[in-house]
Amino acid sequence: MSPRREQEMVPRAEFRSYYGRPILKQPAWKVPDVPGYLFLGGLAGSSAMLGALGGATGRPGLARASRLVAAGSAVASVGALIHDLGRPERFLNMLRVLKPTSPLSVGSWILAPFSGLASASAASELTGLLPRLGTAAGAASAGLGPAMCTYTAVLLADTAIPAWHEAHRELPFLFAGGALTSGAGAALIAAPAAEQGPARRIGLIGAGMELAAAYRMERGLGLVGEPYRQGRPGKLLRAGRALTAVGAGLSVLGRRSRAVSAIAGAAYLAAGLCTRFGVFEAGKASAADPKYVVIPQRERLAGAAEPVVIEQSGAALSRP
Amino acid sequence: MTTGHTGTTGTTWRDRLAGPLADPAGEAGHADGHPPRMGFFTDTSICIGCKACEVACKEWNGVPDTGLDLLGSSYDNTGALGANSWRHVAFVEQRVPAERVELGMPGIGAPEQPQRAETDDAGVRWLMSSDVCKHCTHAACLDVCPTGSLFRTEFGTVVVQEDICNGCGYCVPACPYGVIERRESDGRAFKCTLCYDRLRDGLEPACAKACPTDSIQFGPLDELRERAERRVEQLHDRGVPEARLYGEDPDDGVGGDGAFFLLLDEPEVYGLPPDPVVTTRDLPAMWKHMGMAAVAAAAGALAAFLGGRR
Repeated sequence: MSPRREQEMVPRAEFRSYYGRPILKQPAWKVPDVPGYLFLGGLAGSSAMLGALGGATGRPGLARASRLVAAGSAVASVGALIHDLGRPERFLNMLRVLKPTSPLSVGSWILAPFSGLASASAASELTGLLPRLGTAAGAASAGLGPAMCTYTAVLLADTAIPAWHEAHRELPFLFAGGALTSGAGAALIAAPAAEQGPARRIGLIGAGMELAAAYRMERGLGLVGEPYRQGRPGKLLRAGRALTAVGAGLSVLGRRSRAVSAIAGAAYLAAGLCTRFGVFEAGKASAADPKYVVIPQRERLAGAAEPVVIEQSGAALSRP
Repeated sequence: MTTGHTGTTGTTWRDRLAGPLADPAGEAGHADGHPPRMGFFTDTSICIGCKACEVACKEWNGVPDTGLDLLGSSYDNTGALGANSWRHVAFVEQRVPAERVELGMPGIGAPEQPQRAETDDAGVRWLMSSDVCKHCTHAACLDVCPTGSLFRTEFGTVVVQEDICNGCGYCVPACPYGVIERRESDGRAFKCTLCYDRLRDGLEPACAKACPTDSIQFGPLDELRERAERRVEQLHDRGVPEARLYGEDPDDGVGGDGAFFLLLDEPEVYGLPPDPVVTTRDLPAMWKHMGMAAVAAAAGALAAFLGGRR
């Protein structure tokens, strides 16, 4: 479907504003720090799962590659987060309290032990020292892996940014799927060909999750879904979907070729980057234009004023 | 509701995230006998746009200047609230029938004078409004702050502890009003403190002190709400049907604002969101969906290892 046609799906609505100025503040988070942090966290989480499961099922090459990727990207994710702080020297204040109402607090308490455990596992893998402790650390990091893959979705959704907040049901699945394809992508590049089977299958499962969540986000959110379809974020997300599809296709068709598998892996990783940057940019776009704040809130007020019967599915039964 | 009952205070964890809350300071842990909840009632119908509030705030709180920036939007050269603007006077120029210019200013001149339709001002009305941090009952900035830097004072207001803030910037997109902001020259987040230092010494905030028309009124929130109700009735009686309160309702999406307003047009005309909701109201649903996605990811990974030979 062409972009032009997609625009017409949302009817033009009139709204008033203060000199067209934004109502919300744009996120102060830096690019590439924060979208990079989102991507690396997902890559680390799924790689830890691949590493532990690979080790447990007798695939030492896959385990080694994935453990190293998990540690490297977890440490890089921490680095990106600290670099983005206005006062980086105070990064330890993140662990000053544990607040369930703050996804960044919860996330810090996931990320900090995860990166420690993943690093211990990778260090053991590299040096050959304390192999049992290394395996245990890898297993523990894999236990935190699913949370690593998804907590950043809550981090974005728990804001007033319309495109992020209204997607709070879909974003965790988009990020989980994206994390699985990223981890699979790294393994398709770095793991021995004979042990790539699980990575291939994880990639296909992740691609399915990611594409389904992206479809729902772009179609199901009405006006606030518009930034996901238009402009730079729209291009990035379309590129992400195309790369995911290419990665999935090549990973199956080229499974006998080392080179084609590596290309599939690179496509998966590029897809993960495009999707995170696209989601990030879409949020910024929805904060920049007051229509994404005013029009949905006006509709909500109008809906509350008149007795509209809402079905469980969310479809309006009777609207005068 | 029985789930999440804390047993002692009678509030549930859901009450802590959204909905009316009688005593935010008490809920935040301040002992019985703490001061009443204090706030602002900004009556924009008597704002004259002098910006004394902006100046007094900057002077008292040592807020850096924002440079000379002519925005070309009426007399507003501040633009918006931010790290370096804790009060912001909005200026809206509207074309209206000349009779509508009478705003019912209390106690000035003879009432019911017909407007001079021949002057250049005929048919234009100016809306002026001094905006400020709303000190929400359910403050998203405070909820999402990972360091505990943002906290609820004994007056029920919301303040940043600058010696704790590490500049993560999470409060910035969390605020449904676009108030709090990271100061680029400093790296930390800043906003109105409702002059916490002055309140502790029994003084009123600098902006309210400086306001020459009492458009900015400071006091216990309960009293301000009553006063505001009376003022709206008075304006309606004087033929200003468009007068309405904004942010005074404890049943709104943020549990009511500690700083609320009397407006003469829709909130969005002043740059305010018409129906703000604290984002953490939906946090239980977010954690739930994250849990489901995490389980799906784990199941997917397990299935991939169990499901094939290679």
